[in-house]
Amino acid sequence: MQVNVTVNGTVFTREVEPRLLLIHFLRDELGLTGSHWGCDTSNCGACVVWLDDVPVKSCTVLTAMADGRRVRTVEDLDRGGQLDPVQQGFAECHGLQCGFCTPGMMMTARWLLDHNPDPSAEQVREAISGQVCRCTGYENIVRSVLWAAKHEGGGT
Amino acid sequence: MQVPAHFEYEKAASVSHALLLLARYGQDARILAGGHSLIPMMKLRLAQPEALVDINGLTDELRYLRVSGGELRIGALVTHAQLLESELVGQHFAILHDAEQVIADPIVRNWGTIGGSLCQADPSEDLSAAFAALKGSMVVQGRDGSRVVPAREFHTGPYETVVAPGELLTEIRLPIRTGAAGARHGSAYVKVARRVGDWPVGAAGAAIWLSGDTIADAGIGLAAVGARNFAAAPAEEFLRGAPASTQSLRRAGQLAAEHCQPVPDQRGPADYKRHLASELTVRALVTAMRRARTPAAGRP
Ligand SMILES: Cc1cc2nc3c(=O)[nH]c(=O)nc-3n(C[C@H](O)[C@H](O)[C@H](O)COP(=O)(O)OP(=O)(O)OC[C@H]3O[C@@H](n4cnc5c(N)ncnc54)[C@H](O)[C@@H]3O)c2cc1C
Ligand code: FES
Ligand code: FES
Repeated sequence: MQVNVTVNGTVFTREVEPRLLLIHFLRDELGLTGSHWGCDTSNCGACVVWLDDVPVKSCTVLTAMADGRRVRTVEDLDRGGQLDPVQQGFAECHGLQCGFCTPGMMMTARWLLDHNPDPSAEQVREAISGQVCRCTGYENIVRSVLWAAKHEGGGT
Repeated sequence: MQVPAHFEYEKAASVSHALLLLARYGQDARILAGGHSLIPMMKLRLAQPEALVDINGLTDELRYLRVSGGELRIGALVTHAQLLESELVGQHFAILHDAEQVIADPIVRNWGTIGGSLCQADPSEDLSAAFAALKGSMVVQGRDGSRVVPAREFHTGPYETVVAPGELLTEIRLPIRTGAAGARHGSAYVKVARRVGDWPVGAAGAAIWLSGDTIADAGIGLAAVGARNFAAAPAEEFLRGAPASTQSLRRAGQLAAEHCQPVPDQRGPADYKRHLASELTVRALVTAMRRARTPAAGRP
């Protein structure tokens, strides 16, 4: 089937099998390997992207379901080489070690701060509660997101 | 790498179009809502439909929350996140907000739908228990018209519902009963899970209507503990007309547990689940009663 998916502002028209999962479309068809593919069972969140402005686990969505919709991936976070405050936060606060969970964590964090510019640590934890990090123990991820909140004017 | 087997994909343009597509593909067609139960099942070949009818575009027809005819009406395509965010929902049924806070995780809740949850009919499904407690009903539509099925008759077994091939669940209805002569209402949901975002080991929902110091009516729903129709009818019968006391609630908990047939699995042994059925029923009832006694404003 033919799909038209707007990814990071660009419309891509592709012929795909209906069973192609969105994560594979992004990584294998479009070469956007920033989004990671981990558990494959909608548990880890490494594959989180935005679909029509809402975070989703892209290993559990068909590309066909994204037809006519907008997808935003981690590749779209920076603006002309200027890192997004969330990315800066992860760099400043050591929010990653191996980096496997990081793209998903950052997409969720960006969404959280867009909707709640001054979250509590508890709210950050709740937001990322469907995502797994095997390295950091989450402490530094929470710090990174709070750093971003503070530096974009929301946080206290 | 887990990928579903081959299938035909159709996007429904309206409810009647969806019904037409279901009829065209027959037995082996499935509705695709959020896909958060169906796609994992297809990856594992636990489901292998020949055609999927995608209803995600039917937001005008199937995604709404409104009060009508003394009922809260929930369109089948409403997401978990929307139910959780809705003030209208919280105002009438605290139990639904309690439940939604502990169903899956925030990302899954963004796409998983209420209709999909009910039609998946997992014996551990939380909303089935909540809707059983609230004595709701479901609207099922076929090409020849629609019928209303009580929540407690909706499930016909594990992973089975009254929705026949060629039919669609379109709406969930929850009666807003303030009750006769100022009966006060409260509801709550309590769940024990192994970790955040997981399915319940056991869970209980309770709705209570107080008339002075007497329990005028009660609804109790149970998930994952082998309760018939996700409900605890004997415990409800016991509570009807009983004094609004802790003792009554404790006895209801015992009755609820006695009528469960929990199945041991990786989430826990049968005895523990039975214990949860009793204890969580009591906790849900206690909170529901406290809420019934506290005016809506300033409620925790
Ligand atoms: C990681 C994870 C954790 C979860 N944890 C919980 C939990 O703790 N508690 C809980 O209760 N649930 C939990 N769930 C289940 C989640 O709530 C459901 O996956 C989801 O909401 C199902 O809805 P859906 O829209 O994705 O359904 P789909 O996957 O699209 O559909 C499910 C089934 O229902 C059918 N269907 C869907 N809509 C209709 C309709 N309108 N009419 C007729 N048939 C229909 C489909 O054909 C399919 O058979 C979890 C899921 C995941 C992935
Ligand atoms: S790869 Fe999608 S949730 Fe783990
Ligand atoms: S940094 Fe390694 S999984 Fe999170």
